[in-house]
Amino acid sequence: MTMDSERLKPPGLWARVFDSDIWYSFTRSKVIMAAAIVTLLIFLGALFAPLIAPHDPFDMASLYLMDSLTPPMWEEGGNPVYPLGTDDQGRDILSAILYGSRISLAVGFASVAFAAILGISLGLLAGYMGGRVDSIIMRIADVQLTFPSILIALLIDGSVRSVFGGIDREQSAFYVLVFSIGLSFWVQYARTVRSSTLVEKDKEYVQAARLIGLHPLRIMASHVLPNVMGPVLVIATINLALAIITEATLSFLGVGIPSTQPSLGTLIRIGNDFLFSGEWWIAAFPGAALAILVLAVNLLGDWLRDALNPRLR
Amino acid sequence: MLAFIIRRLVQSVVVMLVVSLIAFVMFRFIGDPVDQMVGLETTVQERELLRQQLGLNDPLPLQFWHFVSNAAQGDLGISYQFKRPVADLIGSRLPATLELSFVSALFALLMGIPMGVYTALNRESVLSKLFLTISLIGISLPTFLIGILLIFVFSVYLQWLPSFGRGKVVDLGWWSTGFLTVSGLKALILPSITLGLFQMTLIMRLVRSEMMEVLRTDFIKFARARGLTNRAINFGHALKNTMIPVITITGLQMGAIIAFAIITETVFQWPGMGLLFLQAVQNVDIPIMAAYLLLIALLFVIINLIVDLLYVMVDPRIRIEGAEA
Repeated sequence: MTMDSERLKPPGLWARVFDSDIWYSFTRSKVIMAAAIVTLLIFLGALFAPLIAPHDPFDMASLYLMDSLTPPMWEEGGNPVYPLGTDDQGRDILSAILYGSRISLAVGFASVAFAAILGISLGLLAGYMGGRVDSIIMRIADVQLTFPSILIALLIDGSVRSVFGGIDREQSAFYVLVFSIGLSFWVQYARTVRSSTLVEKDKEYVQAARLIGLHPLRIMASHVLPNVMGPVLVIATINLALAIITEATLSFLGVGIPSTQPSLGTLIRIGNDFLFSGEWWIAAFPGAALAILVLAVNLLGDWLRDALNPRLR
Repeated sequence: MLAFIIRRLVQSVVVMLVVSLIAFVMFRFIGDPVDQMVGLETTVQERELLRQQLGLNDPLPLQFWHFVSNAAQGDLGISYQFKRPVADLIGSRLPATLELSFVSALFALLMGIPMGVYTALNRESVLSKLFLTISLIGISLPTFLIGILLIFVFSVYLQWLPSFGRGKVVDLGWWSTGFLTVSGLKALILPSITLGLFQMTLIMRLVRSEMMEVLRTDFIKFARARGLTNRAINFGHALKNTMIPVITITGLQMGAIIAFAIITETVFQWPGMGLLFLQAVQNVDIPIMAAYLLLIALLFVIINLIVDLLYVMVDPRIRIEGAEA
């Protein structure tokens, strides 16, 4: 009897995770597991930066100009206090990377979330409403899609900064970046969600919901939305890597995060000025951190796309 | 066929109008143009006179019309930071960007297609795996990081190639070219690799997947059954049929190359349009930003149009459908 009742109980969350196809394909590839571990480590490092970073790069009082431009500890003249060396202001590179990836990831996640929310809402609206709403939204998407996102982000960034010119740059840089990167990425979500909405809206459950007189917004939000979310997750993962690259690029170009609260891109920009005088480590380590992060997230995104694609299974 | 061309032309004009509307809105409403042009001591009357002269008191549709017709005649306003006509500024920077983009595209095609064909034909070879790994890194590394890496290796460490600028350029009247001097050609190498690497990996992956697809089709099997040589099958039949998507993507990427030149030009201090645009963004020089947007849109629209027409020429199926429609 007890055996039977045990068996009838629905499996717990973890049991379902370990039993799923995705988990199976995850354990099959060493590269993917490595990518996941690397991503997790960077996420944790960024999250707990204040706890694990050996120095606080923003605390001006703890910076010693005497220690500026110290090479990494294994080079001649290196100091074990600064494992990866210091920059021109005496900031510890390792700590700056930990804090920097925190900002890079925050911008990445926030802009992906912004793009996803905007794109999903507009895609739902276009697909469900059809007609003129649909054609206006999708024509805007078409026009925007012909331009590379970096160009759009630059244009929005420049325009926003001139409209709100008086606002403190350090405070607003984060939001301006999230806004401009997010706004340059929404099209992909909108297109995907729209096409799945077109399929879903003629199914019986939607007709039933309409028949009992639910408000269209309610139908879209609580009936159609859960059924079109699948592909969005994949796009979001791949977009996270793109958003991180875009943030780093904008910061490198000098229109992103200012150097008082450096992100990875800002750190590389600072280090770039010292490349010719032989202080290679200032740009090299943040650059490597950025490359590894993006590569790992990209690998995860590629894998997720294949794993969730029933045709490839 | 004619109907198809006309339809595409109308679409292009609509896109250009939408973009000019955006550019006009930026131009007119972001920052007051009068504030940017006059000093602090200008009186209210003088400002009002200037507004009148500039036509800023006209109804908005009329202003938009003036903006579009001026832009169509090459009058794109006056830069806030340089106090010179934007058209002149862009005209003097255009050759640098176009030469860089052209060489990058050439590099991407000449490397990408053979690499793609090779990896499709020899899927298990070590070299193919190496190419694919390189392409994954090429997609994951941001452009500016590749540029810095190349500068560090070839300019700082090996000191083989220059790290910034165009080298010596030869002035051909309205066009300044770096193709004719040794230093100009040397200066082109690193920036064009930086700019073309992403496109190269894209083309390589595209050619590879298309080629693998085509090699599975019946007409290839039939060609093999006819006893044609491998060379004839791979290059005469298979590669030819992979070219349609490659043309599209390459064409569309040409526009992307010109836009991405912003980053490469900044890393290498290449005196092109991208650098000009970036300085405009940093200094909120709206006329240059608006003009650059218009120019890029025009380039994109023209490229799209050419790609579509090429499509019709390369693929007879579209021609037939187009004629029926």
